[in-house]
Amino acid sequence: MSLIDVNSSTVVLGIETSCDETAAAIVMGGNDVLSSVVASQLEIHARFGGVVPEIASRAHLEALTPVISQAIQKSGLSFDRVDAVAATVGPGLIGALLVGVSAAKSLALVLDVPFVGVNHLEAHLYAAMLDDPNVEFPLLVLLVSGGNTLLVEVREHGSYQIVGQTRDDAAGEAFDKVARFLDLGYPGGPAIDAQAKLGNAEAINFPRAMLNDGLDVSFSGLKTAVINYVRKFPTTPTADVAASFQSAVVDVLVAKTLRAAENLGARTVAIGGGVAANSQLRDEISVACVRKDFHLVLPSLAMCTDNAAMIASAGWHRLRLTGATNLDAGAYPNLGLTVAQV
Amino acid sequence: MIVLAIDTSTDAVSVAVSNSKQLLASAHVTSDRRHAELLVPMIKNICEQADISMHEIDVVGVDVGPGLFTGMRVGIATAKTISQALEVPIIGVSSLDILARSVATTDRVVLATIDARRGELYWAMYRNDVGPSIEVKPATVGSVSDCIVDLVDRGQSTLIVGNGAQRYRTSMSESLEATGLSIEWASEQLSQPSATVLAIITAELALHEQWQTATELQAVYLRAPDAEINWQSRNQQTQATL
Ligand SMILES: [Zn+2]
Repeated sequence: MSLIDVNSSTVVLGIETSCDETAAAIVMGGNDVLSSVVASQLEIHARFGGVVPEIASRAHLEALTPVISQAIQKSGLSFDRVDAVAATVGPGLIGALLVGVSAAKSLALVLDVPFVGVNHLEAHLYAAMLDDPNVEFPLLVLLVSGGNTLLVEVREHGSYQIVGQTRDDAAGEAFDKVARFLDLGYPGGPAIDAQAKLGNAEAINFPRAMLNDGLDVSFSGLKTAVINYVRKFPTTPTADVAASFQSAVVDVLVAKTLRAAENLGARTVAIGGGVAANSQLRDEISVACVRKDFHLVLPSLAMCTDNAAMIASAGWHRLRLTGATNLDAGAYPNLGLTVAQV
Repeated sequence: MIVLAIDTSTDAVSVAVSNSKQLLASAHVTSDRRHAELLVPMIKNICEQADISMHEIDVVGVDVGPGLFTGMRVGIATAKTISQALEVPIIGVSSLDILARSVATTDRVVLATIDARRGELYWAMYRNDVGPSIEVKPATVGSVSDCIVDLVDRGQSTLIVGNGAQRYRTSMSESLEATGLSIEWASEQLSQPSATVLAIITAELALHEQWQTATELQAVYLRAPDAEINWQSRNQQTQATL
C-alpha cells in the first residue's frame, strides 16, 4: 500500500454500522455523493422501545453484503475504482461497530487500498457540510442526536473544540423519553414532531433550563416538568404537551447555538444529527440566522440521520489530513470528538 | 484451488490458506476479545508467507458458529466481504463440525462442545468411524446436565472434544463416572476449532460446489438475543393473565 494523492477524483467507499442503520456509500473527492444506501433497523427495534445491541449486530451482519453491493451498483463504478475504504470506528455500539470495521478492513486488504477509521461525530460535522463544501471557517455546528448534544467550533478541517454540551440527557434522548411517556411510540423525535404540528406550542410554559446561562444545556428538568404536568392535568391534549415540550427544547438549542456563534465570531452556522431533522428546529434556526445575518448550512434530512456518505466524506478529509489507519485498528465505543485520531 | 479459512468463533483467531494438496500457511492466536484487531493483519501475513495474492483465492471457508457472538461476527463479516469483493464463493461450516473433524478417526461417538457461557454448552454428536464426521445428533444449546443426559441416552462410548466440556471437565467426569459410560477426552490442544481443519472441510465441500454467496451465508447462533427471550416471556405472561 502506497501513500495516495488525495484529490477531487479520489473515490472513497464508506461503511457505517455504529447504531441501527447499516449503510454504505461511494463519495468522490470528499463531497460528490455517487451513491448512498441505508438499511434502517427501526422496525426491528420498535417493539423494544429502543435499540437492542445484540439484535442490531445481527441485523448489520445480514444487511452488510447487500448494502455494499447496492452502493457499488448505484455509483456506476466497480470495486476496482475504489481508492480507499472508510468505516466508523466509534463512538457507537461495540458489536455493531465491529461488523463494519471488519468489513472495511477486509475490503481494503483485498483491494490493496488504504483503510481509514472515521469518528462518527466528525462525520456528522461533514454531513452538515456535504451540500455546502465551500463553507467558510470558523464554523459553529450544533450536533444533536439520540446520543449527543454538542456545540462545536470548527476552526478548520480537523480542528474542533466543544464549547457546549448537555449536562444530562441528549436532545434526542429527551424526545424519546417524553414520547414514551406520552405513548407516542419509538423513535420519539418524528413522533413528537408530528404531534406538535397538531398542538399549541404556547399552551404550557415549560422551563427553558439555563437559557441565559453559558453554552451547556440540560433536558432532564424539562422531562420531569412534562411528566409532572401531565400527571397533574391529565386531560391536557397530548398535542399541546408535545408542541410545548418541543418548543422548550428548540428555544434552548437555537439560543445557545447563536450565542456560541457570536462568541466565536463565526459567520456560518450548521446543524447536524438526527434531531436536526426536527421541523421546528429547522424553521426557528433558519429565521434566527436570517435575523442575525449568519449563513446557515441546513443539511438535507437524509444527511441528518446516520448514513455512510458522511463517513466516506470524513474519510476523504481524514486521509488528506492524517493518512491511512493501520489494519490492526479495532472499534472504540466511547470515542470523543476531540480525541486524537486513532 | 486456493482456500482461505477463517475461524473466530471462540476466544481464538485462527486462519489458514491451502491449495488442493496441502496447507500453505496458518496462524492461531488466543486473542481475548481482540478478534477484530488481529484478524485482517493475520490474513495478510499468512498470504504473504504462502506467497499468495488475495486475488488468487478461489473460495473462502468460515466458521459460522455456534460460539462467541461478537467474535463470530468479526470472522463472518470479514469472510463475506472478501468473498464479495473477489466474487468467489463462500462456505460456512459449523464450529462443532470443525471440532469433530479435528479428532482422528475413532470408533467412539464424538461429542463436540463449545462454551456457551452462563453454565451452558453448545454441542452435537458425530460418528467418525464410517467416514468423516457424520452428525448423529444435531447441534443444540443447554446446560451441562442436559448434555450429560444426552450422552447417557445414547449409551455409547464417547470421545469428548471442545472448550465447552473442557471448562466443566471435573464435574462432567464425576457425573459420567457414575453412569459407567466409557469416556475419553480429546487433547486440550484441540479444544478450539482450527482453521487448518476448516480449510480441509472447505476444500472437500468446494469440490461438490456446496457453497453459497456472501449474501446468503448466515451465522448460526442457536441462542436468541436476551431482549428477544425477555420480550417473548413477557408476552406469554401477559397472554396467560388475559
Ligand atoms: Zn449519528
